[in-house]
Amino acid sequence: MRWGLENVRARRGRTLALAGVTVPVDASGMTVVVGGDGAGKSTCLGVLVGLVEPQAGAVHRPAKDRIGYVPATAGLYTDLTVQENLDFTADAYGLSRGKRGQKAAEIMERTGLAVARHRLGSRLSGGMQRKLAVGLALLHSPDLLVLDEPTTGVDPVSRAELWRLISAAAAEGTAVAVTTTYVNEAARAARVVLLEAGKALASGSPEDILNAVPGAVGTVQGTERPTPQSWRRGASWRVWAPAGILPDGVEPVDPDFDDAVVIAALAGELGR
Amino acid sequence: MEVLAEARNASRRFGAFTAVSGADLLVRRDEVVGLLGANGAGKTTLIRLLLGLLPPSDGAVCLFGAPPSRLARRRVGYVPQTLGLYAGLTVAENWAFTAAAFGNASAPVPEQIAPWKKQLASGLPLGTQRQVAFAVALSHQPELLVLDEPTSGVGPLGRARLWEEIRHTADRAAGVLVTTHNMEEAEQCDRLVVMADGKVIARGTAAEIIDGATVAEVRCKDRNRAFRLLDASGFSVQVHGQALRVGAPAATVGELLSREGLDATIEVVAANLEEAFVAIVTPPAPA
Repeated sequence: MRWGLENVRARRGRTLALAGVTVPVDASGMTVVVGGDGAGKSTCLGVLVGLVEPQAGAVHRPAKDRIGYVPATAGLYTDLTVQENLDFTADAYGLSRGKRGQKAAEIMERTGLAVARHRLGSRLSGGMQRKLAVGLALLHSPDLLVLDEPTTGVDPVSRAELWRLISAAAAEGTAVAVTTTYVNEAARAARVVLLEAGKALASGSPEDILNAVPGAVGTVQGTERPTPQSWRRGASWRVWAPAGILPDGVEPVDPDFDDAVVIAALAGELGR
Repeated sequence: MEVLAEARNASRRFGAFTAVSGADLLVRRDEVVGLLGANGAGKTTLIRLLLGLLPPSDGAVCLFGAPPSRLARRRVGYVPQTLGLYAGLTVAENWAFTAAAFGNASAPVPEQIAPWKKQLASGLPLGTQRQVAFAVALSHQPELLVLDEPTSGVGPLGRARLWEEIRHTADRAAGVLVTTHNMEEAEQCDRLVVMADGKVIARGTAAEIIDGATVAEVRCKDRNRAFRLLDASGFSVQVHGQALRVGAPAATVGELLSREGLDATIEVVAANLEEAFVAIVTPPAPA
């Protein structure tokens, strides 16, 4: 592991937000931490960038000025224009004229923000704000890009553009750690950490997580919940049999990543 | 199946701006309909038309078989993305207030939200707040339930449980209309309606929306170089684990990569709903 968290415990106020979590991050592919509100995702990233002091465990990160970090609710100055945001950020990192011009032009092109150059941050749409925030974090070509829920509430078109921006940074050798509440976004990752209540329920590549599904999965129609380990999938039910024996009438299916994530959560609940 | 809400060729203009243009939408009893669209596509305006919160400039809107009225709205439940709870009231007070507004002042707090009865809504975790908002919206047993991103920010198990409740609501003879950006939610719906620029541009099941669309899945040892190359050539390329997914014919992609001396295996695979959606709502990029 180049960067990342190793067996980290961390508190937020009085609550234990992370109870021994490992999040590997390196340039070989994106790391995506997926979980609901309160799972500990922001704390993970806070520890990674050095804003939250862990109680135990190891943290590997580059020097502060080699990190680009976008928190969940900010990342740009809403009372500055797009251009002023770029200039201010470039000044803060002490970028030379030539370097900043080239990088800023590239970011403007990739984000489609050139048309809004003189618009105040507060007057940008939610999707544009997120794109600008990610663009600003990339301006100094960081070694480690850390993004807290960059796509939450963003529509699918802007979301695809954001992922293009993030993937392009990864393709240029930047190590990337991203959190999301959308399970399907985890499929983009080289490494996924599924977080719930401060614990990693599963981690590995999407394929690893899929291959690690224990027991059997099936599908059945009906309005009544067929077994305690069942959940809705459209109009039908998905049934998970931890011991591998599906009830009569339940048709076996190959689980997909969505199933694997629910099963990991159910298994966590069973184990508690 | 009985039609609960219907827009027929409905339009709504605000001055020179047309927010909804000739839209058709049906929600029947027992079904879950998903309304998809980018921000500004007209989803919210269309819902406001359906609920009678705005009159259409053109076309017709029906709620329970008649033009929307205040009385008809009593048969509708709505959970906005912001949840619509009163932050300064307890769970029990939120419940009682809404129940009273719908004329059920004596309705007891339901079991599933009883554990938090005495707590302020604002002090609860978001997932729990969402459960409370949902229970409150169902307090008057609405026949039509309108939900805005119902499981946003909820973990996988909470999401599964909420969808069980949404399905249960549809099963007991209600219609559900879900607006969402979340493709996992969209895939839970029986039917989808896709809007762009105020118009309905696609409708059907998730499989019908995807309509056999494919992407080229590229596996290449030098994935990063392949990404840079495809991205710079203007293709819509997305990273998926170790592979790249490109919205272009496999032959074109293969030609480009081999011209640059990149050895890649390319497989034509079914597009997912998100890829199909983005392709439908964005005009094709110039080649």
